[in-house]
Order: sequence, then structure tokens, then C-alpha cells
Amino acid sequence: MGNRTPLYEAHVALGAKMVDFAGWDMPIHYGSQIEEHHQVRRDAGMFDVSHMCVVDLRGARVSDFLRYLLANDVARLTVAGKAIYSCMLNERGGVIDDLIVYYMDPVWFRMVVNAGTRNKDIAWLRRHAPSFGVEVDVQEELAMIAVQGPNARAKAQAALGTRIGAAPQLARFAAVESGSLFIARTGYTGEDGYEIMVPAEHAEELWNDLYAQEVKPCGLGARDTLRLEAGMNLYGQDMDEDTTPLVSGLAWTVAWEPQGRDFIGRPVLEAQRSAGVPQQLIGLVLEDKGVLRSHQQVFTAQGAGEITSGTFSPSLGRAVALARVPAGEVTECEVDIRGKRLKARVVKPPFVRNGQSCID
Amino acid sequence: MSNVPAELKYTKTHEWVRAESDGTVTIGITEHAQDLLGDMVFVELPEVGRSLKSDQDCAVVESVKAASDVYAPLAGEITAVNDDVTDSPELVNKDPYGDGWLFRMKPANAADLAGLLDAAGYAAVVAEDSH
Repeated sequence: MGNRTPLYEAHVALGAKMVDFAGWDMPIHYGSQIEEHHQVRRDAGMFDVSHMCVVDLRGARVSDFLRYLLANDVARLTVAGKAIYSCMLNERGGVIDDLIVYYMDPVWFRMVVNAGTRNKDIAWLRRHAPSFGVEVDVQEELAMIAVQGPNARAKAQAALGTRIGAAPQLARFAAVESGSLFIARTGYTGEDGYEIMVPAEHAEELWNDLYAQEVKPCGLGARDTLRLEAGMNLYGQDMDEDTTPLVSGLAWTVAWEPQGRDFIGRPVLEAQRSAGVPQQLIGLVLEDKGVLRSHQQVFTAQGAGEITSGTFSPSLGRAVALARVPAGEVTECEVDIRGKRLKARVVKPPFVRNGQSCID
Repeated sequence: MSNVPAELKYTKTHEWVRAESDGTVTIGITEHAQDLLGDMVFVELPEVGRSLKSDQDCAVVESVKAASDVYAPLAGEITAVNDDVTDSPELVNKDPYGDGWLFRMKPANAADLAGLLDAAGYAAVVAEDSH
């Protein structure tokens, strides 16, 4: 038996098919993964993301600590509640994890890291925290529910009533506390919505309140097709400790300026940048029937590569993928699908955003 | 426990086989198989007229999760295919023993049907699978 979130019983009662995910018993779907996908693109769905790990970082030098630990620069955050997405790198420039960090006040940042990497992330944070006098406080008692879709915010506001606090006024990628809730206008689907942290003992009540507003439960299956359509990387598939952000489509998350900022992995990234980044992450759309899947071989004029994430896109009715291939201009390539080489078109992700196709 | 109709024959590879009154057999995948695979997104069917050996792979059902070969349960010739599932693969999920049928064959040897699993035999295969 794996770890269970406070919503485990609720999932089972809703008829979810439970699977192991990074040591957690999580719902993969509640009947139809594709219907759940459409639910989020067209209306509003909710995901139990309590397996993700919330870490509070406190101390007078917490900003210096994060400016050293993260490839993106938290000094860009000046408004309380505002967040950035960043990679946390090892000395080889490889990605230990990708995460969101919220600036709450000058001595408090809140970080959300992946379930599969939580132990090594916490160990890494604790290894570097003492020299900055930073306290690393893992929030074990927080559950998290992501409410996503064009109607997600309105339905969440209806479900929460006065508990919504100042959340309706939130800018994108910002959070606010409201009583015991922490409400962020963030997500992993390419749709608007909230990610709501809630004390474990109130998680089921919140889930039921959202359900009463016809926010439909959605599993990890739909979460994966939604994030891939949105062109968002998945840790462990699209990047890991042996790949830098530069070969993972995440150069935009690396803050090179100010040049004097020393962060872990910086020398390796700079060397890679000046030598020429050898690989790139590209988006693929399959024109023929078939499904792109991770580890399929990709052939370009510059050489071979591999699909890192692939799926059938329910919104487009075609297969889409992210693939790591040699650097250089690529407009078309071939993918080996079960022994057949099929043509795929190269596009710039995202594939779908805010319910609309981003490709021709 | 998934639905295993008593009147059908089965294979270990999760095909079901129904003997029709005209001597042909209709073939699909079981409810258990579609449940394991999840939402279907593509179905590739054999050409009508094609001759197959027993256990030869002749169709592909592809779901959000995986692609899976479908095998001929017995030797024979393809006499019909269900074009509706090519257009609407979700029929395989919604009605695996009915509208979600895949293809029809004229068996080379009608007696081969008796060599397939009966419902109890297939239920045992499914039970084995879930351990």
C-alpha cells in the first residue's frame, strides 16, 4: 500500500481507478480520462494534488539562499504572494527538480515541489540552508486541490463563499492566504484556475463543496494530457539530473542577469551556452493515425533523438509530443512507431492554451 | 469483477469470439481488456478477404495508455470489419461485446471453436491477471 492523501476515501467512493504514482495511491481517472480532459478545457475540473510537497523557507537571508539555489531569480519577486517557476540545479547544471516558489514576505518563501523528488529536494535544501541560517519547514499537514478550467475560478468562488477571501482579485501566478487556506492562481493545465492548499482535516469538505458546484473530479491521466497540450514539462520525463534547462526547453526560466549572481550550476550552463547548446526540446504533431509515446526514436536531418513525452491530444484529435533532438533548424522529422516510420510536423509548444488550438 | 458473458468463447490474449448462425465468428476484445487499456483513441482493422493463421496479429487497438495487438483466435478469412469503431474508437469502451466488435471471420475449420476458452476458463485467466 502506498501513501494516501486525505482525499483517498473520496476518490474510491467516486469510483476512481487508483494507481501508484511516486509511491502514492492516486486516481488515474474516474471513468474516462478523455472526458475529464474535455471537462477541464470546456468547463471546470478538480485534481487532488496533495501528493505534491509544500515547503516553507524562513530566515532573514532566505532571499539570498534561494538566489543561490535556483536558476531563476527570486529577486524579481517584489509583490507579496507573487510566484516564479524555476529549476533547482545540481553542480553539473542538471535539474534536481522544477518548482514554484511564492514570495510571501521578506523572511518567508513557500515552495511547491514534485512528489517523486521530495526526499532529495528536502535533503538538498537542508544541506544548503544552514549557511544561510534558513529554516526548512515541510508542511506535511497540507492537502492541495487544483481547480482548473474556463469556469474554474467562478465555480471555486461559488463553492468557497466568504472563504475565498481576496483570491478573486489575484493576478496570474500569485497567491493569497485566506484563513487556513492558501489560494494560488496557478496550475498545470494551460487553463485558468486555482491551486488551493487546505489543512488535511478540511480537504474533503472543500472537495465536496467544489463537487456540489459541478466541478468534476479529474485524475492524473487527464492531468498529463492537459499539461502536455499546454507544452509544460514533466520532471523525470522531459528533464532530469542529467539534462540542463537549456536542452529541456527551459532556457526562459534561467535568469542570467545580474551577471554577478552566483547560483548552483551556473558555470556549467554558461559553458554550455558559449560552446553551443547541443540539443533542443521540440514539439511534434503526428499527421497520421497513431500515438506518439515517450522513448520512441525521432529522426531529423541533424541526427536522431527521442520523444520525452508523447500522448494522444484529446483537444486536437491527434498525437502530440515533446522530443529531445540535436540542435539546428528542424521543420519535419520521422518517428519510429511500432516499427513504422511516420512523418511528424515540428511546432513550437504550447499545442493548446485556454481551450484554443495553437497549431494550424 | 468484469462482465464475461457465458455464451461467448475467449482467448488468453483477451479476445472474445461469438459463433454466428451463418457459420462465421465475430471477434472483439473483452470488457476486462478495454478496462485495462482505458480510453481508446485508434483502432486499426484488417482488410476483408485476408487469410489469417491462428494467433496471427491482425488488428491494433490503441488507447491513451498503450497500443495492443489483437490476434486471430483461429485460422480463417476476414469476412467483415466494423468501420464504426475506426470512426468512433470509444465504442470499444462503451460496448465491447456489442457495437464495439472488431471483425468477423469464416473459420477454416469450424471445430477449432471448441478449442477456445469458455467463460469460466477466461474468468480464471482474468483472476490470475489481477494477482
